Amino acid sequence: METLWQGFLEALHLLLSGDPEVWAIAWRSLRISGLATLISVALGIPLGTYLALRRPPGQRMWLSAVYTGMALPPVVVGLVVALLFWRSGPLGFLGWMYTPRAMVLAQTVLALPVVAGLTVSALQQLDPHLRWQLLGLGASHGQMVWLLWREARLFLLAAVMAGFGVAISEVGASLMVGGNLRRYTRVLTTAVVLETRRGDFARAIALGLILLGLAFFVNAVLTFVQQRDVEA
Amino acid sequence: MTEPLLEARDLWLPRRANWALDVPYLALYPGEILTIMGPNGAGKSTLVAILAALLPPKRGEVRFRGQPVDFRHSLTYRRRIAVVLQRPYLLRGTVEDNVALGLRLHGFPRKERQRRARLWMERLGILDLARQSARRLSGGQAQRVALARALALEPEILFLDEPFQALDMPTRMHLLEDLRALLQKAGLTAVYVTHDLNEGLALAHRVAVLVEGKLRQVGTPEEVLAMPADCEVARLVGVETFLAARVTRVEDGLLYLESHGLPLMALGRAQVGERVRVCLRPEALTLWRADTIPRSSARNRIPGRVVTVWPQGALVKVVVEGPQGMRLVARITRPAVEDLELREGQEVWVTFKASAAWTVPE
Repeated sequence: METLWQGFLEALHLLLSGDPEVWAIAWRSLRISGLATLISVALGIPLGTYLALRRPPGQRMWLSAVYTGMALPPVVVGLVVALLFWRSGPLGFLGWMYTPRAMVLAQTVLALPVVAGLTVSALQQLDPHLRWQLLGLGASHGQMVWLLWREARLFLLAAVMAGFGVAISEVGASLMVGGNLRRYTRVLTTAVVLETRRGDFARAIALGLILLGLAFFVNAVLTFVQQRDVEA
Repeated sequence: MTEPLLEARDLWLPRRANWALDVPYLALYPGEILTIMGPNGAGKSTLVAILAALLPPKRGEVRFRGQPVDFRHSLTYRRRIAVVLQRPYLLRGTVEDNVALGLRLHGFPRKERQRRARLWMERLGILDLARQSARRLSGGQAQRVALARALALEPEILFLDEPFQALDMPTRMHLLEDLRALLQKAGLTAVYVTHDLNEGLALAHRVAVLVEGKLRQVGTPEEVLAMPADCEVARLVGVETFLAARVTRVEDGLLYLESHGLPLMALGRAQVGERVRVCLRPEALTLWRADTIPRSSARNRIPGRVVTVWPQGALVKVVVEGPQGMRLVARITRPAVEDLELREGQEVWVTFKASAAWTVPE
């Protein structure tokens, strides 16, 4: 207990003193997970919309695949991405292994099913006759989809938040495909693992607090937007 | 003869096991209000969805001004019609935003959107709500917004799918009255779906009756009321007495029948020997005390005994049992019940005119 308390105090000192490496790791985490979330949203919302509205052949199978993807173990994703980008792997020639790009890809693979799955739920909770109403007022399919997104935006924001949560908090895949290289691929989660292994609990706690704070800040902004809509 | 504005031919769409929408032909003429009537689950909304190109049929075609509607690229057609559904489906924003929604989707410039939205809000009595959030309206107000939103498009055909079903009766009647006046004034062509007889007949130039997915009858309200095509249609338009009978003679357009051992006369299209059902609307029956001789020109007179006297609003439903289990249902006023001193078990005469009795195939 004493170690924990002492670690907590040292962590506060590290944070307040503005340790440049700690803040560089935090900024790197935000960039990598932010980009992974953006890509997941850009792909996941259209994919979820397609599955919810178009009912393609084998829709249930596709939905099951997406929902299974929401529970993908990060280490399995890390393993698959590592095998793809390993020097002798099919995409090894790209030289992405142990780069932030591979980490973005791995995090995207993890967040994409979450965003797509929650988009399906968001659109399916709307009354199906709303689509008829919009089409019956002369909406093109594009206009209809845009208006449905607007109507479901509270739920879509929740999908974005969940996607970001998955990306920023995973550790297994980032460790495997990023390698936790100092000043290059070290992010908050992988750094916490490293510092804990080293026994530098103060640093680990400091990084953990930043990770929590970052997740809280991003989600607080999105929640603010979401709840403003609810009140409106 | 005027060319139809909209035609549906050989429409067929299976929806459930053993249930398919099946409409061989239906036409909508310019300026007319066609009411599609039927019980719940008859396929009315499915039919309207097909006519409005919201749902493609498995077979058959819809023609608008003589041209087939392409269900895969229906935008051009959909921008010439407008649809109002059972629920108003108002989006986030003000009442004015919602009324102008269709105009925005059609790409009308801002000034025109404002002009038309204000015009129709005024006509529907909701101009004072223009700046209010559309999510904070009563059911009646919300449905007025939905009507204004559709009418602002000045569509060539307006489809209304049970738009007032969820509203209370006074609001419903008020809206129906306003809608009737607006449609008449604008000379709009409209398709109005309802399961409510009074609502359907209040607006219709013609009525199409749909039962279990099949189009059973199309005609003027008077035709459908007086000459229903079959028992289902008859029940739907308010017939409550169905007497099993056999045609014994056909003469001068009159059918001479035998029903429950009694001779009856009725109108209809049947051959001698054919088994039919005599349909009688409750208001067509007149009751007389058994100890009086009916002073009536009605040719059909049946002795019976009152089994039920059931007040229902302004009228009283009286069920009379005739010979051999014959069951007759009349609706009479409360003063008439008092005059006749009607009570259960009382012997009465029931009379009705041959012209008020219509026969349908059994």
